[in-house]
Amino acid sequence: MNWQEFFAMGGYAFYVWFSYGITFVVMLIIAISPIIQRKQFLRQQALRLKRQDKS
Amino acid sequence: MSIIPKPVGLFFHKMASPPHFYRFTGRLIPWLSWIFLILVVVGLYGGLVLAPADYQQGDSFRIIYIHVPSAWMSLFVYVVMAVAGGIGLVWRIKLAEIVAISSASVGAAFTFIALVTGSLWGKPMWGTWWVWDARLTSELILLFLYLGVIGLYGAIDDKRTASRAVAILALVGVVNIPIIHYSVEWWNTLHQGPTVSKMDKPSIHISMLWPMLVMAVAFKLYYVIAMLQRARTELVIRERNSQWVKTLLESI
Repeated sequence: MNWQEFFAMGGYAFYVWFSYGITFVVMLIIAISPIIQRKQFLRQQALRLKRQDKS
Repeated sequence: MSIIPKPVGLFFHKMASPPHFYRFTGRLIPWLSWIFLILVVVGLYGGLVLAPADYQQGDSFRIIYIHVPSAWMSLFVYVVMAVAGGIGLVWRIKLAEIVAISSASVGAAFTFIALVTGSLWGKPMWGTWWVWDARLTSELILLFLYLGVIGLYGAIDDKRTASRAVAILALVGVVNIPIIHYSVEWWNTLHQGPTVSKMDKPSIHISMLWPMLVMAVAFKLYYVIAMLQRARTELVIRERNSQWVKTLLESI
């Protein structure tokens, strides 16, 4: 089987690859977003703590 | 306490302590992520390359390797969420509340994936993106239940009160779970009947089946990873004024 045949998925390329694509994107967003949110929150809290120490 | 072995009891006791949970999961997640990645690569290779095309559905059946595991997980995560919510409701364990709400968005994602991939599979096979049959409709209600849980939690400022409200909603919604599972047997549906769970005589060949089981394990690991990431974030936000989070902040 060559690559072209593989990507063609027997004529169902759109349905198969769109399914896999959307699954990948959704799973990536759900796994990564809490990490970004946590980093932002901790950075912001660390700043607040520093400001409190100064005053 | 007597029916639970002492080390197991001790483990759960320790895990209920927020700083211990935060540290332990921080070390656990990289390991789980590697196992997850290996399983996904193996499962996708088996499903997209090794498995033969279906004699009726051609290559379109390969959507099964994400559709079925995510549909299974959409039910599994809901039950975990309701049980964790119930534990939080009865024993007021903060980490149970956090596990419950952290499961909601992951479960909603699985439900969304199951619906969308099902639609993308239905179009070439049934000739329609959507029908209001029992399986599809009850799965759509599951998505609304998840979104209801997420919305309700966000709408109440006090997160302990929010957790209690969410737990009750989640527990009431459990009634939908057996309806989804048995919908293909109770009603005449366009959606096909079970192929795998008929363990005595599964109507799927082993070369098509094993990649799906690998993907199912991978998706379960993904749930644990994504849920724990959310739980860690939720935990530091809720505990922002506690000593252990302050200590954590000093190390940044």
